[in-house]
Amino acid sequence: MPIISRGFHGRARDPRHRLPPGQYETNGFPVLSTGPTPAVHLDQWEFTIRTETGARHSWDWTQFLALPDETPTVDLHCVTKWSKFDTDWQGVSLDVLLEDVETNADYALVRSYGDYTTNMPLEDLVDGQAWIAYRYDGEELDPEHGGPARLLIPHLYFWKSAKWVRGIQLLMEEERGFWETYGYHDYGDPWREQRYQGD
Amino acid sequence: MAGATVPRRLGERLRWRAARLTERVTETGTARTLVFDVPGWPGHLAGQHVDVRLTAEDGYSTQRSYSLASAPDGESVALTVQRLEDGEVSPYLTDELAVGDLVELRGPVGGWFVWRTEQKEPILLVGGGSGLVPLMAMIRTRRAVSDRTPFRLLYSVRSPDDQLYTAELRRDDPGLDKTYLYTRSTPEHWPRPPGHVTASDLSTGGWPPDFEPTCYVCGSTGFVETAAGLLVALGHHPGRIRTERFGPSA
Repeated sequence: MPIISRGFHGRARDPRHRLPPGQYETNGFPVLSTGPTPAVHLDQWEFTIRTETGARHSWDWTQFLALPDETPTVDLHCVTKWSKFDTDWQGVSLDVLLEDVETNADYALVRSYGDYTTNMPLEDLVDGQAWIAYRYDGEELDPEHGGPARLLIPHLYFWKSAKWVRGIQLLMEEERGFWETYGYHDYGDPWREQRYQGD
Repeated sequence: MAGATVPRRLGERLRWRAARLTERVTETGTARTLVFDVPGWPGHLAGQHVDVRLTAEDGYSTQRSYSLASAPDGESVALTVQRLEDGEVSPYLTDELAVGDLVELRGPVGGWFVWRTEQKEPILLVGGGSGLVPLMAMIRTRRAVSDRTPFRLLYSVRSPDDQLYTAELRRDDPGLDKTYLYTRSTPEHWPRPPGHVTASDLSTGGWPPDFEPTCYVCGSTGFVETAAGLLVALGHHPGRIRTERFGPSA
């Protein structure tokens, strides 16, 4: 039984009932990262998928922009408790990027410029659940929000949506990323409130 | 979930605990330090935070994260909360929660933005506004264990009235150098005109990059972007700059 905080009422409840437990709605777009924002130059940008056998599939910026894009509108849920509804993105579905990749892997480790990493099961990246996004709200993606391109995987807590993404490594066994080695959850489902390992 | 084994200690840290308010200290017009008694508190590292959960009578519940302000001190835990005008939680914590009242708290959380007493390199602390709170936990921890690691603090704040922990920071702390930057209004006869943090501030009040200090930068997103970017431009390795942002989360 939770303790009732005497005299606490909270805000008017969200009528759309889309807030996962423990979250609150924000209209801003807060930023969470662990260090300085890395400078990523488009002429050196490359996105690489590496399989468990060492096979590489990579795209430079021009090739990447030539891929078919989608414009998902999604809700974001950050482990720092904010949620933001109906955000508009443009990007390439991971289904497109993984289409020709031959793999038996079950896990993915996402890598970023600036050495950030995060992990998730590979099946969470496919079936229209994840994108490499390069535009937000009709504009080029701001560096502080992960530009030039970031992973967008909105059904998991937002730290899984790695900023400044540079590639994905496919793995037979799960390997923990940056926050996950510091005790954050390997999966991170906001609806099951999987904030930390053990939740 | 495969691979998610539960280390016992971590599970223990993530249990929600009843925390009773034992003391409320007025820091500024809008900031209060709240001291809680938390039975079973496992201790913490300087820089870590806690999650606070409030539950209304109708069962509605919400959570926020707050940095720990205190050095480890048994089962006593201090948070400094800045009241946000349109906030849902902070006005309740700063104005309504009375001594003796209970909230739920869990933690400590976070293992990256921390200073450990084993670290021997010089330390630069760069705080903007209430971003001073986790840095103060580092200063207090260093003092509590009589550590001699050289610390430098750069604290940027709107005006003297907004300064946190003023009396405590005025006291002499050997090996801790302090630089105050004011962005809107300064004390009388202050040599530096009001303004945001500059490269020259960080180079005069900080450490030369070849001393290889670890830099901890905490504040609003704008402040952290600016200060961390300037530190990189001055030659500090990005891997030695740790940041924590206090979002506009209410």
